[in-house]
Amino acid sequence: MNERWRGLAALLLAAVVAALLGACAAKPQGSVVLLPDAQGKDTAVRVQQEGGEVVLDQPYAAAQLTSRGPVKATSSAAQVQAQFGDALAARPLPAQQFTLYFVEGKDEFTDESRRAFDSVFAEIARRPVPDLLVIGHTDKVGNDAFNDALSRQRAEVVRKALVERGIAAGSIVVVGRGKREPIVPTADGVAEPRNRRVEILVR
Amino acid sequence: MTPASRLPRRLRAAWLALALATAGPALAEIGQIKSLKGQVTVERQGRALPAEVGMLLEVADTLRTGADGAVGVTMRDNSLLSAGPNSILSLQRFEFDATTSQGRFDTQLQRGTLAVVSGRIAKQSPEAMTVRTPSAQLAVRGTDFVVAAGE
Repeated sequence: MNERWRGLAALLLAAVVAALLGACAAKPQGSVVLLPDAQGKDTAVRVQQEGGEVVLDQPYAAAQLTSRGPVKATSSAAQVQAQFGDALAARPLPAQQFTLYFVEGKDEFTDESRRAFDSVFAEIARRPVPDLLVIGHTDKVGNDAFNDALSRQRAEVVRKALVERGIAAGSIVVVGRGKREPIVPTADGVAEPRNRRVEILVR
Repeated sequence: MTPASRLPRRLRAAWLALALATAGPALAEIGQIKSLKGQVTVERQGRALPAEVGMLLEVADTLRTGADGAVGVTMRDNSLLSAGPNSILSLQRFEFDATTSQGRFDTQLQRGTLAVVSGRIAKQSPEAMTVRTPSAQLAVRGTDFVVAAGE
């Protein structure tokens, strides 16, 4: 065997050894990191792979995904920022909900809610493409047909007021839920100011 | 090649008309692009559309970000998804009852980085939201986490 062939055989052997080693080592396939919940609520993610499963339930608990299954690890704010900074920077603002209250049996704001209405516009202004969901509700005085119409009417009043102040009509969806979703549960026929409301969800 | 480009020209117009007619505005939309950086495309029914802020997304859409790209999406259940550069994210399944908050939300991160804040679906039914990578499945109980796929 001459020098050249010996060199080639050595190279081949090295390649085979490298391939075998590669097959033995757990190949990295990604990672998962649980972040602190903004509201400080309990939060968890269950990570399943063919080789097993781990549950992440503490802030910065992490799982390395590998060809042999998930491996538990701990990350940090700095590590997350380094790897996921671009994804986190692109995160949209969370949805914000506002509640406006109404005078009994009517589609007029209470005085307080007229003032609260202004803060909705500040929230809208923060967003490049706001979309709004306006949901009308009633208390339990009156039958379903009356309250369905009234809740819808209340939502329409809000929609009109939004459009009058420059919000694009196409970005607003209006829904009336009647007396089906009271905030304060009451018997039928009970007047409850806290249930006479319109919720505005700004996204 | 898109399905439309395989058709003769006259049929292509008919295809477009059909595509427009079937793209109903009401229930088709499952989310909206809220932020955008660099190059991002949305693949829909075999076509690659340039992504825009404000664009409405549909089930089975796939978002692709370039080397300088990033995209942020708000879903109808208030979930927030945002992907970093060189990512491929598919919105495979989204069912949501806005009244009961019942639903299912399955996404796949084929490659890249993803930040997630889960919304009403996962809050109502823990693990009704999942994120898959080529090698793993994450069942989401809530709320805020990041995933990287394909290192």
